[in-house]
Amino acid sequence: MNVRVTLPTENRSDTTEKFVASHSPKIAVEGLSFYYGKVRALEDISILIPARQVTAFIGPSGCGKSTFLRTLNRMNDIIPDIRVEGSVLIDGRDIYEDSSDVVELRRRVGMVFQKSNPFPKSVFDNVAYGLRINGMVDTRSELEDRVEASLKAAALWQEVSNRLHESALSLSGGQQQRLCIARALAVEPDILLMDEPASALDPIATQRIEELIHQLKDRYTIVIVTHNMQQAARVSDSTAVFWLGSLIEYDRTENIFTTPSEKITEDYVTGRFG
Amino acid sequence: MNRFLSVRTIIDWLVAVSGVLVTVASLGVLAVLLVDVAQDGLGRLSWQFLSSFPSRRAESAGIFAALIGSLYVIVLTALIAIPLGVGTAIYLQEYGRRSRWSRLIEINIANLAGVPSIIYGLLGLALFVRAMGFGRSVLAGAATLSLLVLPVVILSTREALRAVPSSLREGSYALGATKWQTIWNQVLPVALPGMLTGIILALSRAVGETAPLIMIGALTYVPFAPDGVLSPFTVLPIQIFNWVSRPQAEFVRNSAAGIIVLMTVLLAMNGIAVWIRDRAQARSRM
Repeated sequence: MNVRVTLPTENRSDTTEKFVASHSPKIAVEGLSFYYGKVRALEDISILIPARQVTAFIGPSGCGKSTFLRTLNRMNDIIPDIRVEGSVLIDGRDIYEDSSDVVELRRRVGMVFQKSNPFPKSVFDNVAYGLRINGMVDTRSELEDRVEASLKAAALWQEVSNRLHESALSLSGGQQQRLCIARALAVEPDILLMDEPASALDPIATQRIEELIHQLKDRYTIVIVTHNMQQAARVSDSTAVFWLGSLIEYDRTENIFTTPSEKITEDYVTGRFG
Repeated sequence: MNRFLSVRTIIDWLVAVSGVLVTVASLGVLAVLLVDVAQDGLGRLSWQFLSSFPSRRAESAGIFAALIGSLYVIVLTALIAIPLGVGTAIYLQEYGRRSRWSRLIEINIANLAGVPSIIYGLLGLALFVRAMGFGRSVLAGAATLSLLVLPVVILSTREALRAVPSSLREGSYALGATKWQTIWNQVLPVALPGMLTGIILALSRAVGETAPLIMIGALTYVPFAPDGVLSPFTVLPIQIFNWVSRPQAEFVRNSAAGIIVLMTVLLAMNGIAVWIRDRAQARSRM
């Protein structure tokens, strides 16, 4: 199980090779291990994540996929007693080196959480918050333009344009999650991390999120954790399979779902466990 | 219906009934107290009573000096205790690392909340009145009461901060907010109602305190209102205690009227707190 896997795996097909050649890696992880106290949650993970593509992380609960996602914007830093080994390079710079600015990192690497977490403020203020704290706008009209653009990018503008100053908590679950995406897009990240963004939503709201992911991948590098195999198959270009804290297989999504090279992957994607 | 179901239904009913009984009992005691005080004191309440200084003759004595003294002391206490307590709580809860050292501090703060108030009076006498040379002043009294209420302010503020869901903090951090931006913009507005509740309870306790102020030498006969933070002073509970210990029935009526004034002050403070809290809550529900 201790196979070192980087993108892509062995020469599987022409498509795989073309795929690598045509997409430079945005994120390069090398030998990453992660510890909660003395418990090792991630073991020696190496992976190259291509720019402007959707990469899905799948695997059974507790396999470490969410933990790994949160190492990519150092969200785990706020948990006490954690330790990280190895390196995570984004655009060639190690985000864990001492000189790395975690606040700036998190602006560039946006995150959408499993449970939508709008701030208890108005719709407008939710989106404006990131712009304000990062000092990204000078005038009120500029702020309004950026908020509108972000809401449009998250395919939410039509539904909320006449209720911008109502509470964000009065929106439906799916709208709240798209608001959280709009909020993340407002600060102009390059990368968007999504931790099971649709797991609490109904099928229609889920579909809207998936359509949105399709639209966004032209501009953003998207990494999505999902429990839903069909979702991974629908939205992602490549898929990484995690099992017991290790990355056991990483390949183009169609290969993972049609001709997986690992037995565990095959069992998992066909629903034999997990 | 089976027997089990009927037994648990009866238990349910019993709990509800006993709940009503204990509520009535405690409210009843309070009602008796209020009625008794009102009977004795209401007749004595008048503008003359509120605006006069203490006197040897009960009918011309008033509560003015003590009322102003109490207001002075409580405002000053709030100004000292709230920044110190809230700042400490924010540091301990948001910045302090979990360590044996921080647990030790926590336990000590909790213990301080249980220290008898007269001990704080002794500390205030030695520290503020003597060592720091405040004298028997409003400032020394307020500083002493601040020490007394600080643990409660710290503990309740921490509790309110802890109740803020971590998803809110994560959402803010994920947008590139610094720790302080997150605390100031997201955590404090949500925690504010809970913080205010604790702070007001603490200040209400301070308004009613007598022992530590007697200890630091608040006077029982003050024929003037304090004119600055270094002025001598008295407060409502001390004035009430002074009157109630006199043998003449007229002075006892004065003390009942004084109690009504004190309770009105407390009620007003709580009312203002509830009002501020509701406004803050309405805004944080936005």
